[in-house]
Amino acid sequence: MPKLITGVGCPYCGSSCDDIECLVSDDGKKILETRNACVIGNEIFHHVSSPDRPTKPRMRQADGSMKEVSYDEAVDFTAKALIKAKKPLIYGFGSTNCEGMSAVARVAERAGAVLDNCASICHGPSFLAIFDNGYPSCTLGEVKNRADVVVFWGCNPMHAHPRHTSRYSIFPRGFFTTKGQMQRTIISIDPRETDTAKLADYHFMLNQGHDYELFDAFRTVLRGHDIPAEVAGCKREMIIEAAEKMRNARFVMIFFGMGCTHTDGRNHNVDIAISLTRDLNTHTKSSIMAMRGHYNIAGPGQVWSWQFGFPYCIDLSKGTRAHMNPGETSSVDLAMRDEVDCFVNVGTDAGAHWPIAAIKHVKKHPFIAVDPNICMASEISDLHVPVRVVGVEEAGVVYRMDNVPIQFKKVIDGPEGVPSDEEFFDRVYTRMCELTQTEPMWIPAKGHAKASSTSEH
Amino acid sequence: MATITLKPFKTPELIIECNNITPDAFAGKTPAEIAELEIFEGKVREKLGDFFSVTGSSGNTAAETDILIDGDCSRVKYLGSKMTVGTITVNGNADMYVGGWMKGGKIHVKGNVDSFCGIAMEGGEIEVDGNAGNYVGCAYRGDWRGMRGGTIHIHGSAGNDIGTFMLGGTIIIDKNAFIHVSTHAEGGTVVIKGDVEGRVGGQMVKGDIYVFGNVQYMLPGFKEIDRVQKEIAGESATFRHYIGDLGERHPKSKGKEIYANLYVKASA
Repeated sequence: MPKLITGVGCPYCGSSCDDIECLVSDDGKKILETRNACVIGNEIFHHVSSPDRPTKPRMRQADGSMKEVSYDEAVDFTAKALIKAKKPLIYGFGSTNCEGMSAVARVAERAGAVLDNCASICHGPSFLAIFDNGYPSCTLGEVKNRADVVVFWGCNPMHAHPRHTSRYSIFPRGFFTTKGQMQRTIISIDPRETDTAKLADYHFMLNQGHDYELFDAFRTVLRGHDIPAEVAGCKREMIIEAAEKMRNARFVMIFFGMGCTHTDGRNHNVDIAISLTRDLNTHTKSSIMAMRGHYNIAGPGQVWSWQFGFPYCIDLSKGTRAHMNPGETSSVDLAMRDEVDCFVNVGTDAGAHWPIAAIKHVKKHPFIAVDPNICMASEISDLHVPVRVVGVEEAGVVYRMDNVPIQFKKVIDGPEGVPSDEEFFDRVYTRMCELTQTEPMWIPAKGHAKASSTSEH
Repeated sequence: MATITLKPFKTPELIIECNNITPDAFAGKTPAEIAELEIFEGKVREKLGDFFSVTGSSGNTAAETDILIDGDCSRVKYLGSKMTVGTITVNGNADMYVGGWMKGGKIHVKGNVDSFCGIAMEGGEIEVDGNAGNYVGCAYRGDWRGMRGGTIHIHGSAGNDIGTFMLGGTIIIDKNAFIHVSTHAEGGTVVIKGDVEGRVGGQMVKGDIYVFGNVQYMLPGFKEIDRVQKEIAGESATFRHYIGDLGERHPKSKGKEIYANLYVKASA
């Protein structure tokens, strides 16, 4: 009899849906059917059983071809490359669990590496704005239950976060929002008429790259001052009307995406959005949230902030002193300025997401890709290490876009002999300690917490 | 005054971090001792003498020490950072953090500088004959206390984020700037003699900005109130006087709200 597993977490977008149901074959090796997942999430669950999935590390040979090698050889190659490099860069972590991130951080500290995650080319500017201006945020449950004006600024959840609108932001009926969509005013701010914009009551089709001016206009209107007849291509009357809607709302929720963080001004667009949220709180209740892309891209921010004090772009090359300054220690800048001499890509595809010029720079040095699947990074790498798929073959903690931790389940067994990210990097760490003749330091998170609590009381 | 001359003879494979190239670190040391000072290339500790030949002599105190770097420092970070007194002259380009957290003295770079020039500066003087990258005189990430004093004079153009969170001091850009001038500033003066694309004075609370050229996109939070004749950075002109950012909080003095001032040169 196939077994139905409920309460499964979906390893796709930042909504991290935890209501997926999977029908698993008798032998526990194949997923026959998924329920509740969006079309992309569904594909991830079925893709793990793909017959062309790699199950052995592959290393680039002198003639340019890839040859299968053992995991021991892969561990040895990675450890030696990290020790030899003057400044290695370890980047990725969009799609792995917090346990894996913690294991990689241990390796990075020993290697004197720069540790960065996909936020660097995604919501990194949001972190900078949060450092500068705070983060008056809430959980997605509060959005569902309270928000009656929802602003989507530079984001398109209908495509990027397919179930976000139905679970949290537009359609669901909540405790104070019993009429669902009927009760909500949707404002979309996007230069294109996206599918989210089509659902909106107000669509500001602003001139591309002029978000900051439009935010400033909203703030100026809310403080009772006049604005020019047209701001960033939007009419004054429409801005005033939407500002009134926000002022008279019971709970305003602002979601922002790449349209804010990766157009001119970057962190300043998010910074002024946070200022707008603060202003709105003098009139009503308001909150703001980053539309994080991957199911656990909020994870490295949590894990590494706890370990090193910084969420991303962490330069550990000086040993005990962590240094962070995006623009200098961010992956693409490091690559473009030839500041790194070894590249490890974990659970993301730098080959597909980075500028080609930046990839060409890191390609001059050892390039290691740790990823369950064949991707662009794995195909140009010197070593590709396949690992188990988190959320399907590997359990673990993930952080949803609202920084709520969720324990993801294992649904089926992974391919035989294939380690998880955590297991692979723990082996790399052990090998690095062997090669440098140093003592490994294992501090299990729970043991550490237990030790400190007993010493305090 | 005594001069120490550093001549770069080797280009680093990566980029070297030289927090030690300051009059404060060099004072009272012989050239041989200076060549032993520690610098970093990634995680590798190296010596200043591995990359620079050191000649001349240093003064007994930092105030009596001049440093001349006779060559290109395009791959050298932190030149003159945290220096308090003395001078540094660079006959070439310099990389990031020139004069970062600087408290006094003078730095003259005859080429271009990269980003974060004069970050969180407290005093002293930086002069750059060429162009500057982004973040001239800005605050460190997350710090609400940016540049507090001193002068930065860029004879060429600068990028974005000039004087973010600025509290005091003066920044003069002789040519153009991109976006974000004096964002979040609560004091200080920025003078741009060329054009700026936009976002001049966003979220600005107090302080002054002078633009001699054109502001392509004006922020809606700035309102023109009058025209004034002013003399600044050696030039006198008639300016259109704006106040703002009207969308931001502003302190009150004697019952009146204090705004930031933006002066844009009136076309003749």
